[in-house]
Amino acid sequence: MDQQIVNAIFIGSIYALFAVGYTLVFGILDILNLAHSAVFMLGAATTYTLVVKYGQVFWVASVVGIAASALMGLVIEHVCLRPLRRRQAPPIAALISTIGLALIIVAAVEQGKQGSLFSWLWVDGANSVAFPAGTIPNPTWHVADLSLDASKVVIIPVSIALMLVLGYVMRYTQIGRGLRAVAENPRAARLMGLDVDRMITLTLVISSALGGLAGILFGVALGDISPYIGRDNVEVRGLAVIVLGGMGSIPGAVIGGYLLGLVEIMALVTFGSSARGGVAFAALFLMLVLRPQGLFGTRLRERI
Amino acid sequence: MDFFISLVSDPVAFWNSHTLLIAQIGINCIIATSMFLVLYSGQLSLAAPGFMAIGAYVSVLMSNYWHTPGVVSTIAAALLAGVIGFLVGLPVLRLRGVFLAIATIGFIEALRLGVILNVPITGEGLGLSNTRSADPLGAINFILVSLIVIVFVVWRLTKGRLGNAWAAIRQDELAALSQGIDVARYKMIAFVLSALMAGYAGALEAHLFFNIDPGDAQYGVTRAVQVLTFAVLGGSGFVLGPVVGALIITLLPYIFQGAGDYINILAGIFLIAVIVFRPQGIVGRGGLALVRPAWWPKARVSAASPG
Repeated sequence: MDQQIVNAIFIGSIYALFAVGYTLVFGILDILNLAHSAVFMLGAATTYTLVVKYGQVFWVASVVGIAASALMGLVIEHVCLRPLRRRQAPPIAALISTIGLALIIVAAVEQGKQGSLFSWLWVDGANSVAFPAGTIPNPTWHVADLSLDASKVVIIPVSIALMLVLGYVMRYTQIGRGLRAVAENPRAARLMGLDVDRMITLTLVISSALGGLAGILFGVALGDISPYIGRDNVEVRGLAVIVLGGMGSIPGAVIGGYLLGLVEIMALVTFGSSARGGVAFAALFLMLVLRPQGLFGTRLRERI
Repeated sequence: MDFFISLVSDPVAFWNSHTLLIAQIGINCIIATSMFLVLYSGQLSLAAPGFMAIGAYVSVLMSNYWHTPGVVSTIAAALLAGVIGFLVGLPVLRLRGVFLAIATIGFIEALRLGVILNVPITGEGLGLSNTRSADPLGAINFILVSLIVIVFVVWRLTKGRLGNAWAAIRQDELAALSQGIDVARYKMIAFVLSALMAGYAGALEAHLFFNIDPGDAQYGVTRAVQVLTFAVLGGSGFVLGPVVGALIITLLPYIFQGAGDYINILAGIFLIAVIVFRPQGIVGRGGLALVRPAWWPKARVSAASPG
């Protein structure tokens, strides 16, 4: 049981990190960025390819993986979102364009095998792989009959530190004030002399970098990297997390991530593995029906 | 390309060799119309695959256990989907926009992962065997006739009193309310009708296969997103928009056949290009949404022009 709670915290940290990026974009743009789960996968896939195919050290590879994800944030903004903003398209259009981009990213990675156009990007096609032993430093500690992998333990301080930094930036810095101004009212922000397009680009870069990092941590901790990890593991759960915490709220997404991790592990222990997903979604449904603003959501009246 | 050549050169052989594909297109068009109805009344509901699952499982279980004829089980299944639509709609329709979308995703996945995969009578993860009522070739005429009737009825509805109320709600709910439109009631009507249609489509679809597969691509989020894409890409302002969207998206693998393994990449580029250049969808008013890129030189106003 204790071991299960430890697992819940690990997986909760990954959910939280993923959902913070999701909720950041929603909070500022009011758009669900459905390419976020593909970026999550891309971070893990790039890091894996760099380690296995190009023989890089894990640290270098993961930095490049995060950079690649951040770059994908730029692509999302310039290909999927900015053209629609300039045409004053309805927000639902952005759902479709980000789905299109997610489709492209996943399809490119899943074609990455010997002799294909994308063999530079990925090596194992649609297979699920894990980092080969010895490529990541991963001692295991045994504390009071809990076994703790270093790769899992490190997730917790990393996610908490990052989320604290992000919270600080949003609250106390010039950039954070700019982002919040855009979230409040893009038109007024523009009139105040803010470069709204630049703020939105920045949002997507930060969000995607966090998504990529979450993907890398997921790949390391769960030993499961495939073109479908984003779609299968975090895409819809990420939605559940940001709803639990309140759409657009960063602390809400963090707490929501841990809460979902806990709920899922409890369901796993109580009802067995097949009920795990169902319980999470039932919780999501109930949350929306009973308390749609989430645990920490505000500004409900005009949003819902 | 062969696909479209055979369609033109020998339609009869095409019909005979692609019956299942045509039936699937018909089903997708019906689901797209059900999606249209909720979008037309301003509700971003993704619940259609859930109602399809209810329709499919109820109709197959009825014919497996009670040996009811196909028509009876299909209609009963659709009605039950409508009733469940009403019950789900009661709490959920207070939500709007993305919140409604997420709540309906919660509904379909809780139904699929929580109920269908855990109740023995549904065959759980293996799927439900449907050898009794499956009739892939016999169902097609029924599907196409239903499609035409449904599209016609929905088109008439959008032209009438109901349609005006829905359009008013979609454009500005508060204004509609202040005009004395019973917003909650009209939203519920659209939601229940859409659930009925989705349940009906699900029951019809169940007759095409010998095994009902409870996978994500069938009754899960993947399907929901696909149905949303039908409606938005096709254009959600007119009844025919989602139908055209469903037709094109179901045919995408044939359109981009030449791309081989890279088909999904082209499909993604196609989606983005269509939505960027026609944000209102393929069927709709206006031309291509062309915007001058930032680096393009501004049109110079000629000095000779008057004023």
